Amino acid sequence: MNHALRVGEPGLSTTVQDLGRPNAISAGVPPGGAMDRFAHSAANLLVGNDIGAASLECTLGGPHLVAEQSCLIAITGADLDPHINGKPASMWTAVFLGQGDRLAFGRRRTGARAYIAVAGGVDGVRWLGSLSTNVMAARGGMSGRALKAGDVIDVAGEPRRPAISGRRLLEHLRPDYGDRTLQVIAGPHFKRLDAEGRRQLFNATFKVTKDSDRMGYRLEGPRLETSGDELLSFGLASGAVQVPHGGQPILLMADHQTAGGYPVVATVVSAALPIAAQLLPGDELHFAEITLDRAQQMRKALALALDSLRSAPAG
Amino acid sequence: MPAPRSNPRLRIHPLGDTALLAELGTRLDTALNTRAIALATALKKRRDVRQAVAGYATVTVHFDPEQTTHDALGAAIKRLAAKRPPFGEPGRLHRIPVTYDGPDIESVGATLKLSPEQIAEIHSRPIYRVFLVGFVPGWAYLGPLAEELALPRRHVPRTLVPAGSVAIAARQTGIYPLPTPGGWHLIGRTSVKLFLPDSDPPCLFRAGDRVKFFPTRA
Repeated sequence: MNHALRVGEPGLSTTVQDLGRPNAISAGVPPGGAMDRFAHSAANLLVGNDIGAASLECTLGGPHLVAEQSCLIAITGADLDPHINGKPASMWTAVFLGQGDRLAFGRRRTGARAYIAVAGGVDGVRWLGSLSTNVMAARGGMSGRALKAGDVIDVAGEPRRPAISGRRLLEHLRPDYGDRTLQVIAGPHFKRLDAEGRRQLFNATFKVTKDSDRMGYRLEGPRLETSGDELLSFGLASGAVQVPHGGQPILLMADHQTAGGYPVVATVVSAALPIAAQLLPGDELHFAEITLDRAQQMRKALALALDSLRSAPAG
Repeated sequence: MPAPRSNPRLRIHPLGDTALLAELGTRLDTALNTRAIALATALKKRRDVRQAVAGYATVTVHFDPEQTTHDALGAAIKRLAAKRPPFGEPGRLHRIPVTYDGPDIESVGATLKLSPEQIAEIHSRPIYRVFLVGFVPGWAYLGPLAEELALPRRHVPRTLVPAGSVAIAARQTGIYPLPTPGGWHLIGRTSVKLFLPDSDPPCLFRAGDRVKFFPTRA
């Protein structure tokens, strides 16, 4: 039996996620996958998995889980106040659970999404090449839905590297989720913004509204005026900042619609998407324009942080 | 050998640091769409490309930033786009039965001064092209719709459109594959399933396919 964890309470919305199904976007299926790819990848590497293994994405409130057998886990991303058998659990660290140990979460401290990886990887239903849960299609992961009480989480296989308790990601290598600046590259339709709109995009504060989920965040801020003919629909990407007719931008996230016809005035760079993934309704953010070179440096820094977990564990 | 013609209308824009948008033109045009689909097909074969999705007149290219850069891929796209697209087989033809009794058929008829029978006749006359598959799983943008049926979208979109609804807006038509919100005018319905979650690819239509509607009774 590969039963690893039994779900006591499911948490607000806990889903199985991996790195998504990029090949399915030409069929109109969202790419999906973990919103915070850095936290997801780090959690997997900490327990000896490849980054493509599935983890549990816990939104705002975490689940209560009981270990059905001893296993190595890691919790990363948002600080949702994790506890093991009532004692605070270390985050960004490989932690050993013995049979019957209870992992629970308290009150959210920072961020929106925590990730739980299990040595061997979370198992689930594979759909179009990915274990990621797509709730709209009711496919992938745990029967295409969020976890519920009584579910049992199975382990998919053996970890790729030795599973070693105590391995941790050094604090200075973790993302600064408190920084609410999202770096962007100017988008294909940036020039459709009027002069005031261009100024506002990079200077104004935008607020994440309650109309925000894994598909995207509707933002509230100064009205951005765009001009020009209606665009013919085109393929979209995660991080794209669309401006619909009302002038209030939408930031597309992991489960975004695959095509659309609104102007894309900016795109959040890949290295800033983990920060975006940790925003929640009411949070304020800024967009800062950077160059492709700077985006590459940011991406490399995250890759190096993850590489530190691939090498032989320290002492 | 003659130098490849460069395409003066080709524009390549970054879409973040791991994707780009190649714009072949800005018109709704079958020839442009054919070139976009051919370019997407050619790009998908490259190792540095993760996915390439044709739009009406664009290709959105998701690439591996460890293997290429925006500039290097942009240069490759310019070379590929200068080539004449390979002679394409005509897309697969789908014949779709439609009952023309949608909730908007009366209001569309009143606006356009057409009877429901005339709307059905005009809508089912052409063979439409699948310009683009996307938006939601299985949705296909079909066109061009006859000028006589062109209408702007509804002012207030519906919060829920039933799956199988046949709809029109501007010079486009389509079928809602899933119950979703929608702003198009609903003129009919079909029992044909557009989203096939247990097949791969999980949709009936592919870009470049042809679609012929025919009226049936309820």
